[in-house]
Amino acid sequence: MKRDLIDIRDLTPEEIDCLIERAEDIIASPEAYREKCRGKKLATLFYEPSTRTRLSFEAAMYELGGNVLGFSEAQSSSAAKGESVADTVRTVSCFADIIAMRHPKEGAPFVAAQNASVPVINAGDGGHSHPTQTLTDLLTIKREKGRLGNITVGCCGDLKFGRTVHSLIGALTRYENVDFILISPEELTLPEHVKSDILLKSRARFEETASLEYAMPKLDILYMTRVQRERFFNEADYIRLKDSYILTPEKLAGAKSDLSILHPLPRVNEISVQVDSDPRACYFRQVLNGKYIRMALIMMLLELL
Amino acid sequence: MIIGTIVDGIVIDHIPAGRGMELYYYLNLDECQCEVAIIKNAVSGKYGRKDILKINEVLDIDYEILGFIDPRITVNIIKDGVRIRKIHPTLPERITGVIKCKNPRCITSVEQELQHVFKLADREKGIYRCVYCETKAEI
Repeated sequence: MKRDLIDIRDLTPEEIDCLIERAEDIIASPEAYREKCRGKKLATLFYEPSTRTRLSFEAAMYELGGNVLGFSEAQSSSAAKGESVADTVRTVSCFADIIAMRHPKEGAPFVAAQNASVPVINAGDGGHSHPTQTLTDLLTIKREKGRLGNITVGCCGDLKFGRTVHSLIGALTRYENVDFILISPEELTLPEHVKSDILLKSRARFEETASLEYAMPKLDILYMTRVQRERFFNEADYIRLKDSYILTPEKLAGAKSDLSILHPLPRVNEISVQVDSDPRACYFRQVLNGKYIRMALIMMLLELL
Repeated sequence: MIIGTIVDGIVIDHIPAGRGMELYYYLNLDECQCEVAIIKNAVSGKYGRKDILKINEVLDIDYEILGFIDPRITVNIIKDGVRIRKIHPTLPERITGVIKCKNPRCITSVEQELQHVFKLADREKGIYRCVYCETKAEI
């Protein structure tokens, strides 16, 4: 039976560990994987723009020796004529061995998975789910820290609408001794259902604060997200709060020397470019890790491991 | 107020006061040809006030949705003027084609042929979530 990846919860902790292990092996011996997907085709069905995710999937497939076809905007597909997701993926299943789909509507990849005869990977569906970003984040933490347990993780910025944060918290609570510090303005705190369904249920230790400076000295990982203007009810609140969540070299003054700064990207202004040269800034290494974990995932879903 | 006794039919009792009409539509009773009585604000020893639906025919009804609307609702099947069965609906694992997802970003908002399906996410709290976008079900 074919496997899909629609949500990070579709994978068991053991499977996630296995993917991370495989990605690390790819990094160590890339030549061993160059022919793994010879003769296979990945269809990238991107109904909205993406730089990192789409190129990362395509680079991953090419590095495995496979080929790529697809579209990068809905207007260049039959979706523009009103074709349903179900009919599109039934068609694409005739041409490709695996599908990666990004869609602005939440649940579209789930519909795709139900109708495609080949594996479907959710490459982001609106504000709902983006499981390969979570895998990327986990691989980055593992590579930067050497472990996924015994860490204090600060999640900073828009914790209310940030899908990557919710899913990362969900994935990290499966590991031992992961403490969370949730840093956000009052308007953008972590939703109650994430707190009750994930943090409280897993008995994870967490605290909430509005102060990045307060949290900074305690953190092993700082996961930054953007505070978006459109999330605020009034402009005055946005202007009052936006600078509090912009990471600058000054704000890093109290941080640990081995802190790892992650960001799902794209950033707008929430991390000052001056931070980029700090060795603790991991976000571009994180992008590269995204390719390796997607290579491991493609192989797993094509049963080539 | 007197409503005739049912000989063969269904009595849906202990509906929260004010929600009988809503239930009437959820059960598609507006489409059936048999006699249906909606009793609003009847006195209830247990709940103060309640609504009751009396259906003068034993229809094939989706009882599971009743548990979602309110777990206190009871269903009585009447045959030859005697109650032959009392059902306490439980929360179904899935609710298909009854309630609609209200998330404007959900795929069901643009693809009209997709069925609206909700799955039970938390039995204790009676929370259902859309299988597509995981938005909490609201009546």
